[in-house]
Amino acid sequence: MKAAVIVFPGSNCDRDVAVTLRDVTGQDPRMHWHADPDLPEDLDLIVLPGGFSHGDYLRCGAMAAQAPVIAAVRRQAQRGVAMLGICNGFQVLCETGLLPGALMRNRDLTYICKDVHLKVVTTDTIFTSRYDPARVVRIPIAHHDGNYVADLPTQCMLEDEDRVAVRYCDAAGRVVDEANPNGSTANIAGVLSENHRILGLMPHPERLADPRLGGTDGRALFTSLLEALS
Amino acid sequence: MSDAKITPEIVAEHGLNAEEYARVLEIMGREPNITELGIFSVMWSEHCSYKSSKKWLKTLPTTAPWVIHGPGENAGVVDIGDGLTAVFKMESHNHPSFIEPYQGAATGVGGILRDVFTMGARPVANLNALRFGAPDHPKTRHLISGVVSGIGGYGNCVGVPTVGGEVNFHPGYNGNILVNAMTVGIAPADRIFTSQARGVGNPVVYVGSKTGRDGIHGATMASAEFSADSEEKRPTVQVGDPFTEKLLIEACLELMDTDAIVAIQDMGAAGLTSSSFEMASKGGLGVDLALDTVPMREAGMTPYELMLSESQERMLMVLQPGKEHVARAIFEKWHLDFAVIGRLTDTGRMVLTWHGETVADLPIDPLAEAAPEYDRPWEPTPAPAPLDPATVPVVPWTEALTRLMGSPDLASRRWIWEQYDHMVMGDTVQRPGGDAAVVRIHGTDRGLAATTDCTPRYVGADPVMGGRQAVAEAWRNLTATGARPLAVTDNLNFGNPEKPRIMGQVVGACQGIAEACRALDFPVVSGNVSLYNETEGQAIPPTPTIGGVGVIDDLDRMATVAVPAEGEAILVIGGGPADGWLGQSLYLREIAGREEGAPPPVDLAVERRTGDLVRGLIQAGRVTACHDVSDGGLLVAVAEMALAGSIGATLSVDTTPAALFGEDQGRYVVTLPEAEAASLLADLGGTARRIGVTGGDALVIGADSVALATVRTAHDGWLPGIMSSTPGRS
Repeated sequence: MKAAVIVFPGSNCDRDVAVTLRDVTGQDPRMHWHADPDLPEDLDLIVLPGGFSHGDYLRCGAMAAQAPVIAAVRRQAQRGVAMLGICNGFQVLCETGLLPGALMRNRDLTYICKDVHLKVVTTDTIFTSRYDPARVVRIPIAHHDGNYVADLPTQCMLEDEDRVAVRYCDAAGRVVDEANPNGSTANIAGVLSENHRILGLMPHPERLADPRLGGTDGRALFTSLLEALS
Repeated sequence: MSDAKITPEIVAEHGLNAEEYARVLEIMGREPNITELGIFSVMWSEHCSYKSSKKWLKTLPTTAPWVIHGPGENAGVVDIGDGLTAVFKMESHNHPSFIEPYQGAATGVGGILRDVFTMGARPVANLNALRFGAPDHPKTRHLISGVVSGIGGYGNCVGVPTVGGEVNFHPGYNGNILVNAMTVGIAPADRIFTSQARGVGNPVVYVGSKTGRDGIHGATMASAEFSADSEEKRPTVQVGDPFTEKLLIEACLELMDTDAIVAIQDMGAAGLTSSSFEMASKGGLGVDLALDTVPMREAGMTPYELMLSESQERMLMVLQPGKEHVARAIFEKWHLDFAVIGRLTDTGRMVLTWHGETVADLPIDPLAEAAPEYDRPWEPTPAPAPLDPATVPVVPWTEALTRLMGSPDLASRRWIWEQYDHMVMGDTVQRPGGDAAVVRIHGTDRGLAATTDCTPRYVGADPVMGGRQAVAEAWRNLTATGARPLAVTDNLNFGNPEKPRIMGQVVGACQGIAEACRALDFPVVSGNVSLYNETEGQAIPPTPTIGGVGVIDDLDRMATVAVPAEGEAILVIGGGPADGWLGQSLYLREIAGREEGAPPPVDLAVERRTGDLVRGLIQAGRVTACHDVSDGGLLVAVAEMALAGSIGATLSVDTTPAALFGEDQGRYVVTLPEAEAASLLADLGGTARRIGVTGGDALVIGADSVALATVRTAHDGWLPGIMSSTPGRS
């Protein structure tokens, strides 16, 4: 599986996701600088990592969405290349329009870093095939702007097209407001593109993919990708 | 430049006394101009010169076979094996944080990060030590909220995990909060960078952010007492830009992989003045700077402002000749300013020019060497009257425990650390909430443990014993994870040193720290002094914060505080049947409302023996959890372990306040499988005693019990409770 991690100025989870990719796939991903418009054509997976691209100074992801590499990202998206945007990467994907909706300031207005429980809504994707839909998974979030907002027609479209990948839930798997850490519409934690080849995710699966760090629930996302894309 | 005549008023505004100004005249051989006066002012400020504390800092032990760089560099450097070093330091940003809590705390984090990556280390962990005033003081909530968002806003963006720290509340901090920030980095042992300039003619290069008017005279502000109008000093607080810092880290580390850098120094307090002075002074050289070539944020800046600005995210470097293009390419890639602003000379003088005209010309060594150093008069702190145990009220232990666990100094800090990214970099092995944070050394199965500690109420009552205790507790917290403690950084926060009573606290604490560091082989490798923490004549409680770092050689042999299973034996190691020291305890303060007595004594030989024993047990895999006994005493320690593991305990112990809540030092609580308890107790002889067994969902002693859920509600609820209440109303 050939993967590239796009590095924006201010990305800070680029190394973390590269470590997980190498650990799961046995291959180092290409670390691709945002200013380089020439993205290799033979990639199986493009990752937009977490962090604070351009300091999040304008609006999270807005400046990164104008980076020189983005034209190539769009072209490859049209060709169906798999893409994973984590946290700031999800924000960038929304800003490019490759995913619908927007990520607003958390409901409580504070940055939140903690493990949350997630319900995998659909396992019929290249990202989630190795998850057991009956099991609640525990993965950390770490963001200030993770409150997913979509208008009603978009929400209906996402539901109808099975494009909500994961939702925040409690330890028992109930999708309830008390388990919603940031105020996201319908507890949405991750959404898919129309062709299900692009996933934007606020939680950080790369942070709990190594038993040493206290959990491995994030790992199945990468093993799913490895299985689908190699 | 200004040709303004230097009047006594201008001298006084620059924080120089008459005697110091006389020395300026002697060194210059003439009257200084305003730029030169400004340079003297910041270089001789307490903040930069340590003029009141230097005499006592020299008494601290600073060497050990594993110490590579002790105090005097930007940060301390210790060998951690495998060709790697830990680089760390703690620094205060107290005055700015009180005036503007968000930016004050944020730039505190930025400054300490730069001290560490300047030396070639990648920062891997941030910690902090915070002291706020009374929880119900009208300003406290605003200050907590601002400081916590500032620390998070900076550290989260930079992408260095904030993994640990401590917080205390006391009315003595109402007018002067303390924000001490610590960074730990890792650097290859064969690639440490220092600030010593070398090579006459080598280019002096400025990189990072442009220089603006922010923070002018920050170092002078941090060297004076506050008064009621201190908030007018808000413009002297710098503004942080963590995004630029992130770029600066990556650019500097990238350049450090080449052979272009001769010396490097961050621009911290006193900015361009202190960085250029320090580099030239350490190299025994002179420096010429063309100030008009400094990248500037705004038009019309004067040489005086450029030299005194404390704009953030800036570095000064001396490059190998001919390597300017290598460095320029890297900094331009990262969108950072890069400018050759001067050359090293052999004159021993700092010569500043402005469009070709000389605007300042000062001798470097005489200025540095003649920096004032005071042997300030001091009075020893009178020994406190011993506490009469008969006067201590007895409250049922169930009630006392719940109140203590929900009291300001013991309540959960989760509300704070959930606002910090404590997991970025993918190596956080022990998250906040334990005895020490542990980060994996990237790519290995080894770890670094780090902690910050001080118990100001002990230091206030007995500075020598309190100084010892701060070091011993840091050492104990590292030990409780299984780490080998290596070295400390100290952050000495006190009131006005010109008052003999306060100076006595400084002297006493230094003595206690020195004794403990010697006895525990735990040298001081870096540090910072913050004096004049007084408002309207009211000094803070003396707070010499200790940041400790240790190494764990095998992460499979690491301990955490969480009770791991039901049915395990609970042992106390250290202490003895006579335990029960309530002087200066939290029980006395929270239950009886009294702050009295002497603090618990620290016997350093016993401390060392007990700690070495416990570490050996952890490394041998003989215990399943470990927690040191500190604030709140034995029952609080057990309750913290029970909450962390969500498993209760049944104890067979005396239920007197002294037995349960005494704060006797040098003790650890451990758990281990029941089947192995008898043989361990036999091996340890009188050093350990069994106090109970884990299990259930309550803490039980005899016929009484308190549900874990009750304790958790009190413990978790306090801080969110005060942060969501309306201050100043009742």
